[in-house]
Amino acid sequence: MPDRRLRVLVAKPGLDGHDRGAKIIARALRDAGMEVIYTGLRQTPEQIVNAALQEDVDCIGLSILSGAHNVILPRVMQLLKQKELDDVLVLAGGIIPEQDIPALKACGISEIFLPGASTEPIIAYIRNHVRQKPH
Amino acid sequence: MGKHLTTPADSRESDKDWQEKTLDPFLQRAPERLTQFTSLSGENVKRLYTPADLQDLDFQENIGYPGQPPYTRGIHPTMYRGKLWTMRQFSGFGTPEDTNARFHYLLQQGQSGLSVAFHLPTLMGLDSDHPMSEGEVGRCGVAVDSLADMEVLFRGIDLEKTTTSMTINAPAAVIWAMYLANAEKQGFDSAKLSGTIQNDILKEYIAQKTWIFPPRPSMRLITDTFRYGVEHVPRWNTISISGYHIREAGSTAVQELAFTLRNGIEYVEAALQAGLHVDQFAPRLSFFFNAHSDLFEEVAKYRAARKIWYHVMKERFGAKDPRSWALRFHAQTAGCSLTAQQPYNNIVRTAIQALAAVLGGTQSLHTNSMDETYALPTEQAVAIALRTQQILAAESGIANTVDPLAGSYFVEALTREMEQGCWEYFEKIDAMGGMVRAIENCFPQREIQDAAYQYQRAVEHKEKIVVGVNDFLVEQDTGIETLAIDPEVSAKQKNRLREVRATRGTAAVHQALEDLRHAATGTDPLMPHFMNCARQYATLGEVCDVLRSVFGTYTEPIF
Repeated sequence: MPDRRLRVLVAKPGLDGHDRGAKIIARALRDAGMEVIYTGLRQTPEQIVNAALQEDVDCIGLSILSGAHNVILPRVMQLLKQKELDDVLVLAGGIIPEQDIPALKACGISEIFLPGASTEPIIAYIRNHVRQKPH
Repeated sequence: MGKHLTTPADSRESDKDWQEKTLDPFLQRAPERLTQFTSLSGENVKRLYTPADLQDLDFQENIGYPGQPPYTRGIHPTMYRGKLWTMRQFSGFGTPEDTNARFHYLLQQGQSGLSVAFHLPTLMGLDSDHPMSEGEVGRCGVAVDSLADMEVLFRGIDLEKTTTSMTINAPAAVIWAMYLANAEKQGFDSAKLSGTIQNDILKEYIAQKTWIFPPRPSMRLITDTFRYGVEHVPRWNTISISGYHIREAGSTAVQELAFTLRNGIEYVEAALQAGLHVDQFAPRLSFFFNAHSDLFEEVAKYRAARKIWYHVMKERFGAKDPRSWALRFHAQTAGCSLTAQQPYNNIVRTAIQALAAVLGGTQSLHTNSMDETYALPTEQAVAIALRTQQILAAESGIANTVDPLAGSYFVEALTREMEQGCWEYFEKIDAMGGMVRAIENCFPQREIQDAAYQYQRAVEHKEKIVVGVNDFLVEQDTGIETLAIDPEVSAKQKNRLREVRATRGTAAVHQALEDLRHAATGTDPLMPHFMNCARQYATLGEVCDVLRSVFGTYTEPIF
């Protein structure tokens, strides 16, 4: 049975409108053969988790450049647990100070990509770490 | 060899001679590093530029003299020999107290003007206690909810002597009213106030995406500020038409130039439709461009911008006042060029970009700090960024003469290419029915998105080298210290908001908001109402809620 295509939700929490990175990632993942759902701007943690549930995704990429990551990203992780979506691979990217990274990883975010990150390693990371759901 | 400068015709002959006798045999022995050399924007760059490239280039028509049409060489006859550019570092974080302290620090360090960064809730017209503001308060700018915050933000600063730039767009009119109400309360004369509000909503739809209302009511708010400025604050720049964010979103240099100037045309048309006369408001239009890393491409962009705007204002709009013809601009170095890897390298990138802006004749400049891929900058990082400008001004010699790159075969040819590319985009956008229509059809958005993706691919394929990113890598990066925002900011700000709401005259606020609602539903000017709301300490969120209920909100098409 052929593998289902990987499904990725690219989400943009926070109030900022800097979507260059999110859109480049969305397009690169699509070019790499994944199915990508992009949420649009300013999504609340609740909206993101609902979208993840409805779209039955394998991975979520959160792009945030507003500085609100320490409040918003843990909230997303908490809601994912509540909805029993803990098996979904979660990545984040954006303007995130290095000292904030350990706490974000501790709450379940697998990896954080900073400005200057290339799309190839992100694609490879998803392929290597995703726990694809049986269908 | 004659004693005169080579003409284009002579040059074509001698170019051919050089190629046959010198170049071709040399290339046989030593091939070039690449098969094609391109600018940062991906445009082909030739091996050599000669007088042949300047064929049909009339000196007076294309280059001319500074302070004279077509202003290619600068808007003032003496440029930096008379007055250096304004060194204006954009800053804002935490509470109004925190940012007020940073303003005083920057002024002590020799900065010549202020520039306010507001936090995202303010940019989106939300109060600090709105649920969407959770986690955002004071994070990427200073929190301003009401006149009470403006009073603290500018405490101890002489507003008649300091020019203030405010990066605010969707709710620009409301925030400007708070600034003016504070100045009024402190006893400053509004006719002596000087500064800029960004107030450029079209580039928000195109690139930065901090919009609130749909395009048409947003354009009304903007023409309303033009009118108020003409009548009450004549030295204020009521708009800063911005290419900066368009470039940051990934556009090419020519796209930045074309979309920005075409937005400018759209604002002029809207103001004319609102009944203003072109020479009343056009002298207060200002521009804001990116200063990216490809030095010559950038210089050509600024020179072309001045020339094109002169023709637009004179020929398209019949402006008669030379101040309406002269394009004044602010520049900021390219945030998107900075890398998290090896952050000290960012100081060098910023210096080159700042050099481009000055060689291009900017009126004011912000230089980014090396740590901005991580967080808002520390005081030390900002100081280095400011020193970069001071070194350029004092030590490099570039401020000694006007437009030093003029006459360079390469720069003049690039300036012309940039101009041609821009007119082509104008034609396309005019054919679509103007910029608002083009935006509704996502035309500029798609063009930028494609350019951004192509650049990313070029970096990933190592067609473009970014030091520390795809070449010259290190195993272990030196960490740098970053600015931490006081976690108490949000609580402090919410406290002040509660206090403001508890101590103001409730009935007066209610009346001011109702009067605004009534005016917004009709066609009356809104600035007097924003002023009234500000004086009564109505909050930004309250004022914007009234506008949201009348104007509706913008929904971005997802593509």
